[in-house]
Parts: sequence; C-alpha cells; structure tokens
Amino acid sequence: MQEKTTIEEIEQEIVEEFSLFDSWDDKYEYIIDLGKKLPLLEDRYKVDENKVRGCQSTVWLGAEFRDGKVFFKADSDAVIVKGLISMLIRVLSGQTPDAIIAAKLDFINQIGMTSHLAQTRSNGLLAMVKQMKNYALAYKVKEAAEKN
Amino acid sequence: MTETLTIKAAYDVGAIRREFPALNRDVKGKPLVYFDNAATTQKPQVVIDALVNYYSHYNANIHRGIHTLAEEATAAFEATRDAVKDFINAPSREEIIFTSGCTEGINLVAQTWGRANLKAGDEVIVSNMEHHSNIVPWYLICQEKGAVLKVIPIDENGELLMERFDELLTEKTRLVSVVHVSNALGTINPVKTIVEKAHKAGAVVLLDGAQSTVHLDVDVQDLDTDFFVFSSHKVYGPTGVGVLYGKKHLLEEMPPYQGGGEMIKDVAFDKITYNDLPYKFEAGTPNIADTIALKAAIEFTKEIGKEAIRRHENDLLSYATEGLLQIPGLRIIGTAKNKISVISFVIDKVHPQDLGILLDNRGVAVRTGHHCAQPLMDCYRIPGTTRASFAMYNTKEEVDSLLAGLQKAVKLLV
Repeated sequence: MQEKTTIEEIEQEIVEEFSLFDSWDDKYEYIIDLGKKLPLLEDRYKVDENKVRGCQSTVWLGAEFRDGKVFFKADSDAVIVKGLISMLIRVLSGQTPDAIIAAKLDFINQIGMTSHLAQTRSNGLLAMVKQMKNYALAYKVKEAAEKN
Repeated sequence: MTETLTIKAAYDVGAIRREFPALNRDVKGKPLVYFDNAATTQKPQVVIDALVNYYSHYNANIHRGIHTLAEEATAAFEATRDAVKDFINAPSREEIIFTSGCTEGINLVAQTWGRANLKAGDEVIVSNMEHHSNIVPWYLICQEKGAVLKVIPIDENGELLMERFDELLTEKTRLVSVVHVSNALGTINPVKTIVEKAHKAGAVVLLDGAQSTVHLDVDVQDLDTDFFVFSSHKVYGPTGVGVLYGKKHLLEEMPPYQGGGEMIKDVAFDKITYNDLPYKFEAGTPNIADTIALKAAIEFTKEIGKEAIRRHENDLLSYATEGLLQIPGLRIIGTAKNKISVISFVIDKVHPQDLGILLDNRGVAVRTGHHCAQPLMDCYRIPGTTRASFAMYNTKEEVDSLLAGLQKAVKLLV
C-alpha cells in the first residue's frame, strides 16, 4: 500500500491524524504509543556503524535497497524519539532515493514537533534524517554506477 | 524555635519572584517552573537594569581612556572586582581575575601554572565527580607534559572516598583540582580537609566553585585554597563572565595566558614587560557590561542573605526528596549527607529525555542527560539522570507541579 503512496500524501495523512488531537498531552500520548509499537530492531542492526549518536539518546538506523526503493529500520533508547522515528519511517521507507532526497518533511513542522529536530534537542533525530538522506544518496549513486 | 519561624516568615518568596521577570512567562500554556538553576539561574531586574544602564549611558572601553565615559565604565568595572573580593573573602583585589567563566579559569591555570610547573612523572589529582571542564584541561596538559592524571573514586552515595585520596596523595602530586559541590549529585565535598591534606603533601589546590558559590558562604582564606573559580551566570549574574581567584605569589610566578592589549606594560619587538596583577591575565577588552552587572547580582544576593536563601532551598530539597521517593521505581542519584539543593534521579524503564520532554510540555524545566560528567554516570552505570535544581525563587507549589508532571509522565511512559 505504501509503495503506491507519495511522501507528501503520507505526510498529509499524519497531519490530518494529528489535527484530531486538541492537546499536547494527547499528541505525546499518541507518539509514545507509536514508539512503543515500533518493532524493536534486531541486535544485528544495533552495531556502532548504525548508531546515530545524540547527546542524550541514541538512535540506530539500518537501511536496505530493494527494487529501486529504500527500506529503513530504526530504534532508539528513548520512546518519544522512537515515536517520531516511527513516523519518519512511515513517510520515507519504501520510497525511491530521489523522493527521499527531495523530501522536505514539512509535516513535522505542521504537527508542532519542529523543536525535536532542533539542534538543542541533541537527540539524534536531526542526525537520523540526514543519515536517511545519505543512505538514499548512496543507493542512488550505486544504482547509477551499476547501470553504467 | 520562635526565631527560626520569624526568619522563615520574613523570607518572602513572592516578593523575590517579582524581581525575576523571566519567571512570569508561560511555557506551553502553563506557568514556567524553572528547575534548571544548576545550569544557569534567572536574572533579577537589577542585573538587567545594570546592563541596560551601562549600554544606555556610559558604554566605553575601560582603563586607558581619559574621557568621562571611560572613567565611569572603569570605575564600575573595578567596583565589581571589589565586590567579588568581598563575596569570596579574598585578601586582595589583585587576586581576582575576570575570565569568561569557570571553564576558562581552569584552562588558564592548566595552561599557565600547569605548563610552568608540571613535568613528566608528576601527578595531578581530580575526582570521579568532576564536570568535563575540570577533567579535559588537566588531561590535555598532563598529556603534553607526560604527567599522570589520578582520580579520587566515590562511594554509592556520591561522596569522595577520602581514604583513597590519602593513598593517591604522594610526593609526586603537584596539583589537586576538585569540585566544591557536584553539579550532578549536589554533594558538598570536604574541600577544607582536601586543601589541608594536599598542602601537607606539597601540592597546590584548585577548587571548582561553579555550583557552590551561589549556595554556600565561600571564604577562600578560610578554605586556604590556592585557586578558586566560579561563573557569574550561576550566581544570578550575566553569562560570559567568570572569576579566577589565585593566591598572589602563585599568580605572580605564573606566565601570562593570552597576549594582547591590557596585559602589557611595554611592548618592543625584542622585549615585552607584562602588566601587574590582575591585568596580566586579562588580555584584550574584557566583557565590560556583564562584569559590571555581576556586581548587581552579588548585592542582590547579599541583601536577601545567603543563609536565608539556603534555608529556603534546603526546605525545598527535603520537600522534593520526600515527594520524589513516593514515585514508583524512582531512585535518587546522589544521597550524600551534605548536599545543596540539587536532586538527580532515574526512574526504572524511563529514559531521562522522555521525562524532560513531557515535563517541558507542562512548563517544568529540568535538565536531563549526563550533565557533562560522563565518568560519573559511568560510575553509576547509567547514561544520564533527570536533575531538578532549586534557587532562591522556587516554591513548594512548583515542586508539586514537578511531582504531578512526573506522576503523569511515568504513567504514560511505563
């Protein structure tokens, strides 16, 4: 199902879901729930090279490239970060490298979670988004090289 | 008893709060509860006024100007030096060096005293509860000189193991640099004993007063410490100013730190004569405005009285400690007998960052993480804690907000 949906469409879907909440408490409750539900990363992914280190919490990110699309798996030791990760994965996983590189991820701003991507949070989330785009770029380069 | 009650009644926390404009604001639609005072304190109106007044009326570069504005600015700047001298009871104003903060003060001593006095095989002692600022400068100079950095361990309550300190002190020890009060645990260290023992072994001592100066009556002569550093922004003053106190004979022997204007007497290309103390260590135009405003912070604190403030803060500490221990799975990190009003804690299955986010969502500002004391966190085998630290303007109602916020957060997270 996700393969048929664009990044913007999924972002819009999330924004609409969040518009149902009228308090911050509800928003966080939802994000924490998502965090708890995010499947735990298998230990083989929890290696240093997959670690995106923040000052306070740690994020592990693994990626796979299949049929021209990038699939992400991630985990964190902090549950709110995990919830936010889960949304990023919902948006970006299963997309093409070009779409991932171009993604503006405005939904984070629209659901009022921008501060979590700010430098001060130091939670590895910002670094994770960069890392996701780096993976996409790397796969794109690799794919182009293979075609040549 | 009656006397205590009178003093308590006289402590008007509502009136004190009105002096701090930032405390009036809302965060996420809730009144701000500011419990991150160990990181930096809020500023009273008199400090803000002092800054505005300087820039509005007598902004000038100091010391060498002969015009009126320069004279006024110089007088105000030097008046802070006198106020600081009294604040920590230093013997003379020449021993008060303005820096940018504690970190610079420690680096200054490491790079000047350390460079001149440390050689291969010498030993420097720090403790396991140091802030990174009191580890890294010594690590760097020890590496450069081939000296050895030794560490006083702590027990599970967060108190220094003094018998281990005795064992570490040898004829090779050149310097002992320890924190007066731990930023992450609140422990008040027995620094007077440390100074005595270190001196007996022939070592000099630096005390990191970043956390102690705002809460305790600091008397550098009574402590007999060789160096003492503190930061203005943690004593209700502006950011960007710190103080290094050093015993005169040590400061005189030390080579200069940075070169530039202010710190010289005469400059020729083949010979430079350095300025007298304290200016020898104050190269370039200093942070004039913030230094001037520091005096307002010191006077403000003095007027309310450190003893009264301490009593108020200790009340909050007991009240909060009692309340926190009611929260299931909560463990206080740092249970020393002598503590200032800092509480660090961990909760089973809860990441400090999640707590920090949810508390902020209720307007409660706490600090989460390793508090720039990673070796200490490693010692407790935890990645970090949540820390609430109290100041003169905090109230029991605010502690109640913290407790309610925690209850709610734990329910969501666990």
